[in-house]
Amino acid sequence: MKIAVPAEGKTMESNVCQSFGRTYYFVIADTQASEFEVIDNEAVSSGGGAGIKAAQAIADSGADVVVTFHCGQNAADVLKAASIKIFKAVPGTIGEMVQKYKAGELKELLEIHAGYHKHV
Amino acid sequence: MPATTSTYKFFAPVLGAEVGMRIAVLSGKGGTGKTFVSVNLAYALGKAVYADCDVEEPNGRLFLKPKVCRTEEVCTMIPVNNAEKCTGCRRCADFCKFNALAYIRNKLLVFPELCHACKGCILICPEKALKEGKKPVGKIEYGMKKDIEVITGMMNTGEATGVPVIRRLLAELPSDRDVIIDCPPGSACTVMESIKDADFCVLVAEPTRFGLHNLDMVYKLVKLFNKPHALIVNKDMGDKLIVEEYCAQNKIKVLVSIPYDTELALANSKGFIAAEKYPCFRELFNMILDSIEKEVHYEAAGNFKR
Repeated sequence: MKIAVPAEGKTMESNVCQSFGRTYYFVIADTQASEFEVIDNEAVSSGGGAGIKAAQAIADSGADVVVTFHCGQNAADVLKAASIKIFKAVPGTIGEMVQKYKAGELKELLEIHAGYHKHV
Repeated sequence: MPATTSTYKFFAPVLGAEVGMRIAVLSGKGGTGKTFVSVNLAYALGKAVYADCDVEEPNGRLFLKPKVCRTEEVCTMIPVNNAEKCTGCRRCADFCKFNALAYIRNKLLVFPELCHACKGCILICPEKALKEGKKPVGKIEYGMKKDIEVITGMMNTGEATGVPVIRRLLAELPSDRDVIIDCPPGSACTVMESIKDADFCVLVAEPTRFGLHNLDMVYKLVKLFNKPHALIVNKDMGDKLIVEEYCAQNKIKVLVSIPYDTELALANSKGFIAAEKYPCFRELFNMILDSIEKEVHYEAAGNFKR
């Protein structure tokens, strides 16, 4: 199974990024093959709707689970439509998130924020 | 006569003429007195249109208390997908710069609050699977107070922008009467939309450091739009020098400085129209209207200060 985590860098040793839609990278870790791939988050420079675009990229990557600190309503809607479950990250590296997820130590992310949408 | 390139060269609107004049009232922040000035200018004109473009907080009707004749709903376009025609090529979602579309598991998701109604997705769809749908974003209320037509734009709570309501309101304005446009506060998109077709802009500012900063914002905006303009200082408690220096530097005409007055504030809080209640305010706003007309003709004659 594949776990997607917003990351501050491009390795398993990178820290989890505080933002979902505005993270620079997503690390997609494969739990069976112990491999990972990195996708650049094109949504980082979006004027608005970054969460939607980021969630679309994650859905396209074939991820089954997202581990993140925060997630907005729109991104959550996209992930839900793709049947991707969202778990709450804890401070640490991407590698640690994968281990904690496998050990069942992470909780499902329940607080979905309304978004920080720019008013134009 | 110097040669000019102004659009005002051949056409100088006149108050009370067959082709009405549009006066926009704006300020850099809320609570400065836009609605106070707008309502009283409309009242002083007598036969006029008062257009409330402060669609998030349309307060003019609290003073004018119009008899409401009709209400119209304002909708914006949102794309609606025909799943039978859609092949999932995702060109629409890739095209959308506002990320209002996502395509997940053979289904197109539309996020109406992000859609800017550009219709680009509809144009780009090779299967013609997308068509125009409607989403209500607000309403426009039409009413009368004596000979003043009161048109109030109201945005639905939670909408991201008031621009569609303002755009529709202004498109429906009669052209044969003078119009006072009560703008939203600030200098953002909604204000630009509100002053776009104005013949004259009245800036309202409080003589404080904060007020000066906000004046600077709207002054830059009217300069950018190349609009004839002048200033009304409101709630002056003896500090008008702070604004007057700025006006002297930038050659901004000060129409009048209205002193802070507890009785006036009280009358305002009770929803009275100052020009109706106090003869002195009736005179004051008549005088302001005369000054505005003079300013417009002065500019039209090719005397550029802008």
